[in-house]
Amino acid sequence: MEVSRNWRLQSQRYRMEGLRCEQCSTVVFPARAHCPQCAGESFAVIGLRGLGEVYSFTQVHDAPTGFENDAPFFLALVRLDEGPLVTAQLTDVERDTVYIGMPVEMVTRKLREDGERGMLVYGYKFRPLLRQRRPDEAVALPARVRVPAAEVVAA
Amino acid sequence: MRDVFILGSGQTAVGEHWDLSLRQLARTAVSAALTAARPARPQALFVANMLAGQLSGQRQLGALLADYCGLRGIEAIRVEAAGASGGAALRQAYISVASGAVDTALVMGVEKLTDKVGSSVAAALASAADADWEAAHGATQPALAALIMQRYMHEQHLSLQQFAGFSVNAHSNGRTNPNAMFRNNLKAESFASAAMVAEPVNMFDTAPEADGAAALVLGAAHMLAPGAARIRVAASALCTDAFALADRADVLQLRAAQQSVQQAQAQAGCGAADIDLFELHDGFTILAALALEAAGYAQPGNGWQLAHAGKIGLQGEIPISTFGGLKARGNPGGATGVYQAVEVEQQLRGAAGANQVQRARRGMLQGLGGNGATAVTHIFECLN
Repeated sequence: MEVSRNWRLQSQRYRMEGLRCEQCSTVVFPARAHCPQCAGESFAVIGLRGLGEVYSFTQVHDAPTGFENDAPFFLALVRLDEGPLVTAQLTDVERDTVYIGMPVEMVTRKLREDGERGMLVYGYKFRPLLRQRRPDEAVALPARVRVPAAEVVAA
Repeated sequence: MRDVFILGSGQTAVGEHWDLSLRQLARTAVSAALTAARPARPQALFVANMLAGQLSGQRQLGALLADYCGLRGIEAIRVEAAGASGGAALRQAYISVASGAVDTALVMGVEKLTDKVGSSVAAALASAADADWEAAHGATQPALAALIMQRYMHEQHLSLQQFAGFSVNAHSNGRTNPNAMFRNNLKAESFASAAMVAEPVNMFDTAPEADGAAALVLGAAHMLAPGAARIRVAASALCTDAFALADRADVLQLRAAQQSVQQAQAQAGCGAADIDLFELHDGFTILAALALEAAGYAQPGNGWQLAHAGKIGLQGEIPISTFGGLKARGNPGGATGVYQAVEVEQQLRGAAGANQVQRARRGMLQGLGGNGATAVTHIFECLN
């Protein structure tokens, strides 16, 4: 993983910054140029709460390069409270304790390592929800609330 | 658009070809196809390949393989759409002949996967997934298929064992295919006990990656040799879906596959019941179930019920994987779709030997890229 490539994704990898379509209010994560619902191109940046539940999961035994030391690890589709489905690893879980519908929360963890001299890539994973969520809980938004989609789509 | 016919085909056995390079594999299949298509000579070459750039350090396969296969000078390019590369290249060859741009075109698929082993191959294959939002989190193709399968099993209250019939059928058909990688029967009882790749996907659920090459010569009607079988490309359709699995409108539906089948059937003027065999993309059993649903052979959520011989066997209602499919013939990446085309052509010519589907007049083939982000469907029909 190249330094610049990872840096471009920092607000999404570290803060789970998403977008809300200004036309139809669909919440999008990760950022994209066109709303998948209405094809709108104008978005507000929002901070996602990082809370959701396991939609599906697998335990990966045959790991790709960069993940060999983690195998076997849990990969999941997590349905976020705001709507989007996210592909991410589960952490702090044991075999036979993961289930579809399990409440989870986002944490920042090491995603992969590129050998001894390469980068350590950090990003979001999900762990079992440790505390009761409050309905009004929201992450503070950065000052820049509206940016053109072109500037948000980092990838 | 004018009619396009198949003039000849060729293939190598699928397997671990330690003694053959990418170009040697390609040449073997091309030579066989050109011999079968004689005296027609291709005016353009479309090479289907997925990973030669990553695994063999080799790109520009069009010029390389035109040169090595004795076709120096002709138009030649590579086409890539992950697992759908073969079908995508076939479609480019079809369009080039149908449009009148050329009278004959050669489509060849080649993949050399066994020079590298282990995690680097898994990582290369995972490049079909979204690098930033899937592969960066450790997702591989089997892992993404497992996410689909786990959810499907949850919603339909199924166990892994209920998918065994797909792999059993594939192995049963691979047994009599001299070009198949696996030519052994698989016992339904052993299916669920195989080593896990990504739960619930195990070794008997997933197709083996392998080396292989297959080729097909297409031509306009006037290029057919007198007396040759008249096998027409009756339909060709390629559709795309949301790229990342998480972005699909419904994780359990192959929308691109469904759309491409609908378009193909409209072009061919036929329905699901008029198809005599279906070479689908059974890289994982869940994809076989979902492809059957997408093609209209089962309601959403019911595709798994077709997983026994009476439904999908050579004498079944809709025979699939008639030469072993990806599971038993083997999955040589970008070449797989061209193998499917060669196999359907053999069925329609009545040249399938022990694997023959009786009275096969119309065959459908479908390739999937990245668990369905790309889907390409063709229908061939025999006019004799």
